[in-house]
Amino acid sequence: MQSKPRTIIEKVWDSHVVAEQEGAPCLLYIDFHLVHEVTSPQAFSGLREMGRTVRRAESTFATVDHSTPTTAKSLPIVDQIAATQVEQLGKNADEFGIPYFGFHNENNGICHVIGPEQGLTQPGMTVVCGDSHTATHGAFGALAFGIGTSEVEMVLATQVLLQRRSKTYQVQVDGTLKPGVAAKDIILALISRIGIGGGTGCIFEFTGSAIRALSMEERMTVCNMAIEGGARAGLIAPDETTYQFLKGRRFVPKGADWDAAVARWKQLPTDEGAVYDHSITINADELEPMITFGTNPGQGISISGLIPDPAAMTDKLERDSLTKALKYMDLQPGQPLAGHPVNVVFVGSCTNSRLSDLRAAASILKGRKVNPGVRMLVVPGSQEIKRQAQAEGLDEIFKAAGAEWREAGCSMCIAMNGDQLAPGQYSVSTSNRNFEGRQGKGGRTFLASPMTAAASAVNGVVTDVRTLLGVK
Amino acid sequence: MKFESRVVLMPTDNIDTDQIIPARFLKTISKVGLGDQLFNDWRYLADGSPNPEFVLNQVESKGAEILLAGDNFGCGSSREHAPWALTQFGFKAVISTSFADIFKANSLKNSLLPIVVSRDVHAKLFKMRAADSGMKLSVDLQSQRLTLPDGESVEFPVDSFSKACLVDGVDEIGYILKQLPAIEAFEAKRIGGLNTLVA
Ligand code: SF4
Repeated sequence: MQSKPRTIIEKVWDSHVVAEQEGAPCLLYIDFHLVHEVTSPQAFSGLREMGRTVRRAESTFATVDHSTPTTAKSLPIVDQIAATQVEQLGKNADEFGIPYFGFHNENNGICHVIGPEQGLTQPGMTVVCGDSHTATHGAFGALAFGIGTSEVEMVLATQVLLQRRSKTYQVQVDGTLKPGVAAKDIILALISRIGIGGGTGCIFEFTGSAIRALSMEERMTVCNMAIEGGARAGLIAPDETTYQFLKGRRFVPKGADWDAAVARWKQLPTDEGAVYDHSITINADELEPMITFGTNPGQGISISGLIPDPAAMTDKLERDSLTKALKYMDLQPGQPLAGHPVNVVFVGSCTNSRLSDLRAAASILKGRKVNPGVRMLVVPGSQEIKRQAQAEGLDEIFKAAGAEWREAGCSMCIAMNGDQLAPGQYSVSTSNRNFEGRQGKGGRTFLASPMTAAASAVNGVVTDVRTLLGVK
Repeated sequence: MKFESRVVLMPTDNIDTDQIIPARFLKTISKVGLGDQLFNDWRYLADGSPNPEFVLNQVESKGAEILLAGDNFGCGSSREHAPWALTQFGFKAVISTSFADIFKANSLKNSLLPIVVSRDVHAKLFKMRAADSGMKLSVDLQSQRLTLPDGESVEFPVDSFSKACLVDGVDEIGYILKQLPAIEAFEAKRIGGLNTLVA
C-alpha cells in the first residue's frame, strides 16, 4: 500500500500521537524532557500541591544554567535569590529522582548544549523544555519545542502534552557559504526576510545543499533560532553527519541497538513529493555576514548594508515600532552599522558556544588583541566544551588577546547571573535575542556570528570580518 | 467569563516577553508578586520611580482589564511569568492581530484571553481608543464576542478545548491522567524504541 508522502515533521508527530479525539488536541508523547532552574520550580510546587509525581523520571533530565555565575566554580553563588533557585532544582531533582547535572557536576552546562553533547537528543524524538530555544535539538531530526511552566508540570506528571498540529514550513537553503559567512548568518538572514512573526503557527524544516554541508554544531545554530522567526520548532533531517556526531556518545544506543536505531532513523527524512504549507528559498552564495541593528532578531541587515529608514514604511504601527527601536539603540537611519563603536563583545549562548564557535572566534583573535576599549567575554556552553577548548589551547589565545575566559552557562545571553551590559553600552553578541534590556537594563545588542563578534572586538567597532580575512 | 472594561493602549508591534517581565525577575521560585514587575523597564525610571510617560502609570489605566497592543504580542521567551505578571496586574485579555504560539498557550492556561482581531478591527479599535481614553469594550468568552462601543460585535477565535477548560475549570493534567491506560499501551508498544536516559 502506497501511503501519502509525509514530511519529517509529520512523521515524528504521527509516531508520537497517543490519542487523538475529534475536537480535542492530540495527546503527544514526549521522549525527552529537559528541565532547568528558572521555569521549573512552580511546576514542581504544582505537583506537590496536587499530590502528583513525576511519571518518567528516566526520561527527564535537569541542569542549572540560567542564573548560575560564570566566575570560578570554587566561589559561592553570591546572589541569594539565584542561589535559592539553583538549590531548589537540586532538591526537586532529588525528591523526584530526576537525573541532574548540578552546578558542580563536571558536565554542567547550558541545557541545549549538554543534551546533544551527551547524546540525550536523538533523531525522531520529541523533546521539550521550559525554554523557547529547545528548537536547537531539531538539528538532529527531533521535534523539539519550548513550553511554559504549566506544560512542564503536565509533562512531568504525564509524559504527554496536549498539542494541536502546526503547519509545515520548508526553508530551502542551496549554494555554498562564502568565507567569513557562517551558519548564524543563514538564520539571521531568514528572520530578517520573514520577520519575527513569520513562522508563527509553523514548524520549519531546513533543507538544501547548504544545510547538508553544515556540521552538527552549525545545524544547532540554525535550528536554535527557529523561535526567533516565530516557529515552534525547526528541524533538519538526520544524515551521515548526524550519525557520526552521535556514535559513541554516552546516552546513545550501543552495538546492535545502535544499528537498529540508525535503521529507524533512516526512515525519517521527508518523502519525495511531500507537500509543505509554506516555503521559502535562500541562496547561500549571495549571503554576507549579517548583523542586527534593532530590538528584535528580525531587524537585521548584511554587514555592508544600511540601517533602514522608518520614513520609508507605509504602515504606521510598523513605522512607529522601527522608530522606537532606533531611538532605543540611538542609531540613525540610512547609516551603515559597520564602524559603530562597541563596548562589549560576548561569545557564548546556546546559539554559538560550541567548540567550532570558539574555534571560529579564536581563529580571528590569534595573533591579535582585543581593542583596549572593549570588554570581551568568552563563555563556553558546557564544562566539557571548556575542557576541549583548553586541550587545544583556545583559552590561551583568548587570554593572550585580552578576553575573559569563563565557566559554562547562559551568562550575558540573558543577564540573570550578573554578567551584563551597563545602560547605554553596545555589545556585539553571538546570542539570539537583542530585545531591549536583554543583556542588561538599557544595554544595546547587535547580534552576529562568532567571527563577526571577534573581528569587532579587535577593531573596537562593528567590523566586516572579511576585511580581516583578506577576502574583501 | 464575561466582562466590560476600559482599555490600555500599547501601540507597539512585537512586544516581547523580556519587556513584559525582564529576566532578572525570573529568579523567583514562586508564581506570586510578579504584577509589580510587569513591564518593569518601561514602567520605572532609573531611580525606581514610576515613569510618568508610560501608559500603565497614567490614571486612565487604573483598573483597566484589557490591553490593546500591536502585532505579534508575546514573542520571545517561553516564560509563563509573562501571563502571570499580566493577570496579577489585573489584565484579563490582550487584543492584538497575532500572538506568539507559546505565549498564547501559556495565557490560556492562566485565564488570560489572547483575542485576535483582523487588521481592520484592530485599526478601528486604535482610532476609537485614541478619540476616547475612557472607551469600554465588552468581552464574552462563551459566545466568543468582542463588542465595541458603537455596538459592532466581532467574533474572535478560541481553541475549543481551551475554551471548555476555561469555562468548566477543567484540570488538564487530571484530564490526561484519565487516559493513562492509553499512554501505558503506547509505551508498551514502543519498548526498545523508548528512550531511557538512566543507563
Ligand atoms: S543561552 Fe540564552 S537563549 Fe540559550 S538557554 Fe540560556 S538564556 Fe536561553
